[in-house]
Order: sequence, then structure tokens, then C-alpha cells
Amino acid sequence: MVPALFVLLGVVAVASALLVVTTRHLVHAALWLVVTLGAIAGCFLLLAAEFVAWVQVLIYVGAVVVLLLFALMLTRAPTGPQPDLTARRAAPAAIVAGLVGVLLAVTVVAGFRDVRLDLPGGEGAAGQGGSAVGSATATGEAVFTTWVLPFEVLSVLLLAALVGAIVLSRRGDGGLDRLDGPGGLDRLDRPGRLDRPRGLDRLDGPGGLDRLDRPGGLDRPGGLDRLEHPGGS
Amino acid sequence: MPLWWPLLLAALLFAIGVYGVLARRNAVLVLMGVELMLNAVNLNLVAFDAYFRDVLHAGQTFALFTIVIAAAEIGLALAIVLMVFRTHGHVEVDRLRSLADESAHTPAPEAAAPGAAAGREANR
Repeated sequence: MVPALFVLLGVVAVASALLVVTTRHLVHAALWLVVTLGAIAGCFLLLAAEFVAWVQVLIYVGAVVVLLLFALMLTRAPTGPQPDLTARRAAPAAIVAGLVGVLLAVTVVAGFRDVRLDLPGGEGAAGQGGSAVGSATATGEAVFTTWVLPFEVLSVLLLAALVGAIVLSRRGDGGLDRLDGPGGLDRLDRPGRLDRPRGLDRLDGPGGLDRLDRPGGLDRPGGLDRLEHPGGS
Repeated sequence: MPLWWPLLLAALLFAIGVYGVLARRNAVLVLMGVELMLNAVNLNLVAFDAYFRDVLHAGQTFALFTIVIAAAEIGLALAIVLMVFRTHGHVEVDRLRSLADESAHTPAPEAAAPGAAAGREANR
């Protein structure tokens, strides 16, 4: 039962991962990534790592994929099929990836061909007093006794990453204002806004962002109109 | 269940992630390839934890740590991708060839931007 289920989940994971890296729809890639991560979470469950499986569902499927979708939408990713999502160097990339895969697969199969994996979380193992392997109790005890120092270091790393993300995307150093300000997104979505030659230059060119960052530039009435018609208003 | 089943699955996922990182042009899709590779590593860690029956639960704990590092990485990467989009108008990694902010010095750094934007609009 467990081996059959594992093979099924593995086939689903590999197939959807292939779709992630080959699909022509940007949003579909993120959604296929959900399928891949869910199948891997199922594999964790079968490998007696229950808590890791639920953390995988919460953080990967819940947070990381949503962040990726946010990134796709904030970069105005088109929803239709894109013919040029894969670079011209796809063939050498496939050769390199195939070599990596064959090398790793041959190595692990040759090294562990005769090793059986007796899953510790089988029937009846959990009910014997002590906490089952992979449960939240066992994992929590391990994290907060043996691995408590790496855990604290990791919390500092998370804090540093948070500070870094805020510093990179804060207002004032180059214009989240453009998207966050009143009418910012509408201006970008207006048809013909980007098709016009040098349309991007007005925002990206010299003085484009500075005009937005100037104190009072957006707050003054008519501030946005001045941006739409430079020199007018 | 043989031990090499999860290891083979992890190897295949890692190879697919390598292909995604190397072949994709959009930076967000490159990040998806990185996520696939990190998940392959997690699968290895959990499989060996189940095999060794480690009393310290090192494999599962390290898998949790890897998930945390992946979350931190994706948060930072999202900020960087958004900043690249703000300064360049696109997130295609093979068109990001200079490390400096050239838009501060040259007036028109985006020679191909109107054409690419028009193509994107047409596909919408």
C-alpha cells in the first residue's frame, strides 16, 4: 500500500514539476508548483515525517506560492501563453540538467540498491506510549533541545531577511510610490501607456523617479496629472 | 520500500529544478526552479531520517530549517525582483546584463522595451 502510494505521488510530483519548467503560462507554472509541493508533502507523510509534511503545506503551498503569485502579478505578468518564456539556450540547459539527473540517479541507485527502508511509523508503532516518529511532539522536542542553537540562529537569519526585504522595497529610494500612489496601477494599465515609444523612459529615465519622490510631488493637487502630461497642468 | 525510490525521486526533481533555473527567462520562474531543488534536498533529508531512525531527528529538523531558509530566500528574492522590475521594466534574466544602475547615467537604457511591451500587450 505505502510503496504503491509513494510511486503514485512520485509520478505526480515529477510530471507536474516538468510542467512547471515547461509550461508557457506564467500563472500555470505557479499552480503546477502547488501540485508538485503537495505531492512532495504526501511523500513526507509516507516517510513518517508528519510535522514536516504539514509545515510544507503551510509554508510552501500557503506562503511561498502566494508570494510567487504576488511577484508574478506585481511584475505585470501576462496571463496568456508566452512563446518566449524559455531562453534560446534551452537545449544546453536540458543537456546539463539531464547529465545532473543521470549522474545523481545512477549514484544513488548504485549506492543504495539493496537497502530496504522500514518505515518506523507503521501500524501500532504510535500507540506504544512514546511519541511517534515525525509527530509534532517528537519534532518539537528535538528542535527545542538538541537543535535549539541552530533554531535561534535561524530566527536571526529570518529577521535579517525581513529587514533586507523591507530595505529593498521601502518607499523613497526609487519608487514603490509609482505603484502604490493614487492611480498608480491604473496609469500602468491604461491601454497604450506602454506601447507609446519612450513610455517607460519617462518613469525610468533621469528625473522620472525623482519627480515622484520630490516632497509634495504626489500630495499636491494635480501632482499626478503633471506626471501624465509633463509640462502641462 | 527500497531506499532508492525517494532518492531517485529527489534526483529527478533536482534535475528538473536545474533545467528550470538554466532555461527559464522570467526571474520568477527561475525562483520556482530553485524551490524545486530545495524540495529535492528536503526529500533526501527526510528519507535518510526515516532510514537511520535518528534519535536526534536530525533529518526532519534540517528539513524544517531548509523550509525556513527557503521562505527567507523567497521573501528577499521577491523584493529584488520587484526592484529590478522598477528599474528596468522587465524581469527577464538574460536581458539583465549590467550590474550597475545604468538608467541613472544614460537617458534611454531600454532600446527594446517598447517592442517587448507591445508583444506582451498583444498576447494579453
